Amino acid sequence: MSDRQYELVYILPPDTTDQQVTDLHGQIEQIVARMNGQIEKNETWGRRRMAYEIGHHKEGVYVLDVINGSGDLMKELDRRLKVMDQVIRHMVVRVDEEKRVVERTRTKRQTESERRRVKRGLPPQRQPGEGRSQMEADDDSDDRFDGMEA
Amino acid sequence: MAFGQGRSGGGGRGKKGDKKSGDKEKGQRRPMFRRRKVCKFCADKIDDINYKDVKLLGPFVPERGKILPRRISGTCAMHQRKLQVAIKRARQIALVPYVTD
Repeated sequence: MSDRQYELVYILPPDTTDQQVTDLHGQIEQIVARMNGQIEKNETWGRRRMAYEIGHHKEGVYVLDVINGSGDLMKELDRRLKVMDQVIRHMVVRVDEEKRVVERTRTKRQTESERRRVKRGLPPQRQPGEGRSQMEADDDSDDRFDGMEA
Repeated sequence: MAFGQGRSGGGGRGKKGDKKSGDKEKGQRRPMFRRRKVCKFCADKIDDINYKDVKLLGPFVPERGKILPRRISGTCAMHQRKLQVAIKRARQIALVPYVTD
């Protein structure tokens, strides 16, 4: 069975230095490596305002990791993150299945539209200057939902 | 038919309307101007409703912090379900509020 893919997001206090962020990331990397996983992507969003206070912090440093690995690995990682007191919040989400579904619907729509276009005697891809222009499309978005409307 | 009756004859609504005389006129005019609601995600062909995309989720979390119901936003059932999961995840990592007073 192929590995599962997970996303790990964790929040550090706003006064964390870059050094501390890399240190912590190193720790996570170690755990992942030990449990035969691999980190596919590491992204630091930096300081941003949180929607609500967590432990008297109003801002936090957000870090995202995309990890390929087993469920046991994530369990261990989750346990370790719970213990670390410099991590004020963390969340693990499994993403591989959702990604696959998104991919499937996207390709399905693409092939479907190509099939229909060929049926109408058009080339499968949309030609430049065909259909409604961008300006008109913008106009069209007006009758869609845009915020509050009760 | 049934729809029109519900609006004018509704007990609770009628009482409210009595207080303001201008309300009556508005009530009759509104159905004419109501636009058809379209699911934003179907219309824009957004497949992935991601919890990290605060800009996308923002309009569906009004000031109070509650998830905007389908009957108001016009989102289709499938996308509302995905939206709901995404908003709940975003709440966990403080991208979207649980409540705001």
